[in-house]
Amino acid sequence: MTLDTIGGLAAALRDGRTTPRALLADALTHVERSEQGLNAYLTVTRELAEQQADAAARALEDHPDTASPLCGIPMALKDVLCVDGIETTAGSKMLQGFKPPYTGTAVQRLFDAGAVCVGKTNCDEFAMGSSTENSAYGPVGNPWDIERVPGGSSGGSAATVAAGSVPYSLGTDTGGSIRQPAALCGVVGFKPTYGRVSRYGLIAFASSLDQIGPFTRTVEDCALVYSAIAGHDPRDSTSDPRALDDPLTSLHTGVAGMRLGIPREYLGPGTEPGVRAAVEAAFHVLEGQGATLHEVSLPSTDVALSVYYIIAPAECSSNLARYDGVRFGNRVERASLTDMYLQTRDAGFGTEVKRRIMLGTYALSSGYYDAYYRQAQKVRTLVSQEFEAVFNEVDAIVCPTSPSVAFPMGSHDDPLSMYMCDVVTLPANLAGIPGMSVPCGFVDGLPVGLQVLAPRFEDSRVFRVAHAYEQATTFHTMPSPYANEAA
Amino acid sequence: MTGTATLPGAALGRYEVVIGLEVHAQLLTRSKMFCPCPADYISAAPNGNTCPVCLGLPGVLPTMNEQAVEYTVRTALALHCEIPPFTKFDRKNYFYPDLPKGYQISQYDLPLSLNGYLEFPVGGETVRCGITRVHLEEDTGTMHHAGDVLQSATSSLIDLNRCGVPLMEIVGEPDLRTPEAAREYLVRLHQILMYIGVNDGNLEKGSFRCDANISLRPPGATELGVKVEVKNMNSFRAVQHALESEIERQTGVLDAGGTLVQETRGWVETQGRTISQRSKEQAHDYRYFPEPDLPPLRLGAEYVDRVRASLPELPEARARRFQEQFGLTAYDAAVLTDTREDADTYEALVGAGVPAKLAANWQTGDVAALANEHRMPLQQSGLGVNGLASLLRLVDAGTINGPTAKELLAELYVSGGNPEALVRDRGLAQVSDTAALIALVDAAIAANPAAAADFRAGKQQALGQLMRAVKDATGGKADMPLVNRLLRERLSEQ
Repeated sequence: MTLDTIGGLAAALRDGRTTPRALLADALTHVERSEQGLNAYLTVTRELAEQQADAAARALEDHPDTASPLCGIPMALKDVLCVDGIETTAGSKMLQGFKPPYTGTAVQRLFDAGAVCVGKTNCDEFAMGSSTENSAYGPVGNPWDIERVPGGSSGGSAATVAAGSVPYSLGTDTGGSIRQPAALCGVVGFKPTYGRVSRYGLIAFASSLDQIGPFTRTVEDCALVYSAIAGHDPRDSTSDPRALDDPLTSLHTGVAGMRLGIPREYLGPGTEPGVRAAVEAAFHVLEGQGATLHEVSLPSTDVALSVYYIIAPAECSSNLARYDGVRFGNRVERASLTDMYLQTRDAGFGTEVKRRIMLGTYALSSGYYDAYYRQAQKVRTLVSQEFEAVFNEVDAIVCPTSPSVAFPMGSHDDPLSMYMCDVVTLPANLAGIPGMSVPCGFVDGLPVGLQVLAPRFEDSRVFRVAHAYEQATTFHTMPSPYANEAA
Repeated sequence: MTGTATLPGAALGRYEVVIGLEVHAQLLTRSKMFCPCPADYISAAPNGNTCPVCLGLPGVLPTMNEQAVEYTVRTALALHCEIPPFTKFDRKNYFYPDLPKGYQISQYDLPLSLNGYLEFPVGGETVRCGITRVHLEEDTGTMHHAGDVLQSATSSLIDLNRCGVPLMEIVGEPDLRTPEAAREYLVRLHQILMYIGVNDGNLEKGSFRCDANISLRPPGATELGVKVEVKNMNSFRAVQHALESEIERQTGVLDAGGTLVQETRGWVETQGRTISQRSKEQAHDYRYFPEPDLPPLRLGAEYVDRVRASLPELPEARARRFQEQFGLTAYDAAVLTDTREDADTYEALVGAGVPAKLAANWQTGDVAALANEHRMPLQQSGLGVNGLASLLRLVDAGTINGPTAKELLAELYVSGGNPEALVRDRGLAQVSDTAALIALVDAAIAANPAAAADFRAGKQQALGQLMRAVKDATGGKADMPLVNRLLRERLSEQ
């Protein structure tokens, strides 16, 4: 099934060419083989998957017409998403062995649709990173070049789709953690409008920025998964109550007459020439389909990175306070409470997590709050306003997803250079707008992603532009060398 | 300002005492502040009323309890506060084992309400204390140490049932000048919270808790002195005593030429003194910032008006009305409006045809004594409010006399029953037949010639013996005021 789509597999399940058990067996075999080099999984949930496959088989038999297209299809979940009774570590030693007693909303919606979960995928610890090298359980290989990173923080979720093990997976995106690994692994990755997908059950990194979203091979598949997970959830007060606009209904309407903006700040000198060439070629494909291209400006782009690295660590410093060794996760036993706290957190957290907790604690400290956190919130508002102004001129923004293609493991040992990876993705998180990365070419055999951004709650427009581009190109049909080998 | 009489002598005149109180009151909601768990944390087994949300497990999110918001607004309105149109929640960050998230969801710079006041009587005068703010937050869990305190405990057990119970913080202005005023402030605040049905008023179990900030300064000074926060007081009396003790301590330090340090001190009831718990240097930096998991609240004028309209009549206003409407004394009116239940009972009695004064006398007298004796309010007694009304109607109609009514009340309070039926069945109706009583009066005079002679000679007490004789002759059922009148008439005639 290596590069089959959800739509294709759903049809095969309904006309009897395959069964949920057969799809699961394929997926598990594929995972087993690819894990030799990829390290994309932290837990393989065979037992859960078998139960779900059997339940899906019954559902397909009982009501094949009303069963969700996701029914019986294997998938994987980033290990920051809680599943009842399944070890969920967030890529951290702190949570080694932790089994949540509940399942999060987005995941439950997939399970209710008949999804078959084959496992929990590797990621940067607590979703902090852009290469998945910050996982406490070792780095993930990129299926296009095993020596290179898959991007991050949802590297495992991107890699397993690119490797052909499962047709889709869920990741989370706080500053680009779905879109950037999607670009680096040559798959489709979507970060919905903030508030569209419930965060209940997502182990929080930065609450005001986190969103759950899908990795798929095609834009249409992405719409299927997004429709299944999105919508208001009373358990998440930040989830939006307004009715969902199904992206499938406008998916095929094309881009003719659409005004597409290209922010000049997003193609700065930091952009690799190969990436620039691929993305510019993509612009012209869209132009060829009837869209008009317009240079626009988002002047606060350079400060957005700084703002992000104040707000995200500030929230993280508070969100991660619960990992104190008292109730769950790992504890280092010490005679005094303070020593227990210190030793537990010292042993449980990795370097990058500690760095961000320190940054955030500092930014919120009495005497520094106004200069850092408050100021950052002001600039965040400015970033949102700049997007709003641009979206008064254009319907959507097109730009690179990442300034570079997948880089060799260990090459970004300086945290600042790693932070630069997210320079064109994180503004969307600050503004809460939807964004997608869709494959748009290769540089020396490594994938490049085209990023499409739209105004808040115009998620369907993102799908429409990305789908129009995808239908005019074939990059999404190219199997990664790893998919070929493992198949 | 009044109440200086209770000020410890040492501080009189040389220093002005400045006190401000912070009250934490749990709200009487069914569920917790941010999750559907029952807010009743006492009757469940330890950690029995918990869920992933109040346990602070990874990935959970808070959802707002609307009832808690309404109760806080209700309180704020009862305390004459403004309700700003926009309010938000913040995280107060600190580590402690009874705080599972590592932060408390509270309110920092934009609380639900601001700028109110509370009026209360101290030594016969009305004192007004400003209310800085009333805001909403969540309670923490509770800990049981194997040892006195966490630091020296060999182990500690944590119960998170209380974690997430809605907690309202009522911050008072530093307008109080004496420990007595502080105590009266709390008494009135406590009364109002119970009146409006937002708090059960249990100080012992900690559903109503008070911390006090106290400082001394030279009389006439406008700057505040060094502030000490006093904690661990779990009765109104303890608050007064702790503040008195603290005034004495601070006066001693200042008189000796020393300087006070800003600190938190704990009241040790058994030793009758405060001890230092934490200095300013050890104070937490709570790193408050807006709670990103909860959108800000916008409370419209319509909402606030609706809550305002739902407020019951408050004790002070009700007492004033009782005086005017029922002709009660200020004292009786205050006693009868002490709790909402008592005031409701009083109005029910009057509404059921019992004269206002009669109802007041019985409710504040015998009924209150029985309630105290049996540790059971009238409303839950066998007699109930309706039974008492029937009984008092019998008294008012002259069907039974006072002593009979007292005996019946004591009996029915416990066993319950229908007063009218009982009076009928036992033949307890008083003898008010003038002709019959005159015969008995004459018989008593004839049988007690010495007493009759004494009375006629001007010895008023001698009447007692004659009255007892008539009373005994009726088996205690005589209409005694009538007997009194008849005796006097007959004795003066003969």
